[in-house]
Amino acid sequence: MAHRWTNDLTRNDATPEAAFFNRRQVMMGAAAGVALTGTSARAEEALEPNSWEDITQYNNFYEFGTGKEDPATYASALTTEPWSVTIDGLVDRPGDYDFKDIMAEMTVEERIYRFRCVEAWSMVIPWNGFELADLLAMAGVQNQARYVRFETLYRPEEMRGQNSSFIDWPYVEGLRLDEALHPLTIMATGIYDRPIPNQNGAPLRLVVPWKYGFKSIKSIVKITLTDEQPVNTWKQLQASEYGFFANVNPEVDHPRWSQATERKIGGGLFSPRQPTLMFNGYEEEVASLYEGMDLTRFY
Amino acid sequence: MSSFRQIGRQTRTAAEAKPAWADRVNGFVRKVPTWPLYILYLLPVPWLLYLAQTGGLGREPIKALEHELGEIALQLLIFGLCITPLRRFAGVNLIKFRRMFGLLAFIYVTLHLLVWLVLDVGILSQIWSDILKRPYITIGMASFVLLLPLALTSNNWSVRRLGPLAWRRLHQLTYVAAVLAGVHYVMLTKTWAVEPAAYLAVILGLLGLRFVGARKKAAV
Repeated sequence: MAHRWTNDLTRNDATPEAAFFNRRQVMMGAAAGVALTGTSARAEEALEPNSWEDITQYNNFYEFGTGKEDPATYASALTTEPWSVTIDGLVDRPGDYDFKDIMAEMTVEERIYRFRCVEAWSMVIPWNGFELADLLAMAGVQNQARYVRFETLYRPEEMRGQNSSFIDWPYVEGLRLDEALHPLTIMATGIYDRPIPNQNGAPLRLVVPWKYGFKSIKSIVKITLTDEQPVNTWKQLQASEYGFFANVNPEVDHPRWSQATERKIGGGLFSPRQPTLMFNGYEEEVASLYEGMDLTRFY
Repeated sequence: MSSFRQIGRQTRTAAEAKPAWADRVNGFVRKVPTWPLYILYLLPVPWLLYLAQTGGLGREPIKALEHELGEIALQLLIFGLCITPLRRFAGVNLIKFRRMFGLLAFIYVTLHLLVWLVLDVGILSQIWSDILKRPYITIGMASFVLLLPLALTSNNWSVRRLGPLAWRRLHQLTYVAAVLAGVHYVMLTKTWAVEPAAYLAVILGLLGLRFVGARKKAAV
């Protein structure tokens, strides 16, 4: 199931010649019958990955504090070895899956995705990871399963932010099963071909590129297949502002600020805002998942 | 300056018994000129701009700069609100610094607003809709608008022109502006946060002290 989606442009396609070459490859791929070959050219134009420093020094990971630099400062206290992920609920093979055993089974590929925070900033991140669908297949999803619930590690002695009680730890997120099985949805284990740093959610985290960043839960220890919609942490904190779906949508504003534009991190003091794209630029791939849904109501 | 001193003296007679150290502080304060303090308190501006340009404010310098300037403005408003309670309850007279705190607060609020207008949003249509549609921005703007006449009348000529009573009544708008500024800060965070709430609590506390003082005075 790996390689179901490829970037139009990769990091190696910086020069116009390479881009031209890559376009030919994509066209050949399409001719060969590959169903999903990425997003519109317009959306891909701006896809220049952020620097390693941007990606690893400007984070929201409240388990280490609420400041943007807290995770980079304090996440080194976290031990990620050994690590296992409990997969339970409506699966054929429930149990604790060792991270090393998972990695032995998975095909890791590079995915350069836009990342859009609900706070109206964004990055482009070259993730390394595998499709969540492949991991779920390992455990065998049962027919009655409708949703996937994820849980972050709870270990306050290593995650100092968890000593603050304004969040009901552990952090919880959820996806509808069709969202979870979508080829764009990955479990990231690396960035720029290096192991993912603790502040970015080591050793494995979810990445759902068409949703606001808070959906992409970090440092996952538990995955539960269920038939009811999980209550995600931000929705629990403030249901009027953060919903279950949290799809990037420039037309549905946050009650307190506009989502029409965003600022890409790393441009310095004079970097302008850029327009936010519907489904963060992945409209072609995911819009059909929400056909007939009122996106103003299901934010 | 003369009207200022008058107001100061009037209230000082109403002050409660003041400790001996307060006299020493007052004696020292009398010797300190205010103009170097203006310069000193404006030094953070070039420093913050330098930090923003060189990465010292993190990976997103615009928001950081906006936040720093706003926070300094809020602190200066609070310093201004401290003057009266300090005199009334501790006998410490810092009235000569009050205009400075007010004007510096206004300068920082203006810079904070400019960073938002030019560097942060920069799109005219969005600026306008933000002011109208986003309550925390509406409230912040209202606070700025209230401070505008206060900054314009923070000079001796205006005090004479308006007369001390009318001038004082006008400048009580500071109370409203400070509360709005505190609310603006509380509302803009993603969720409940300690720091903005603490600022608002201090502002409300300082305003509350004025009622305590007023009731005591009435009882006498």
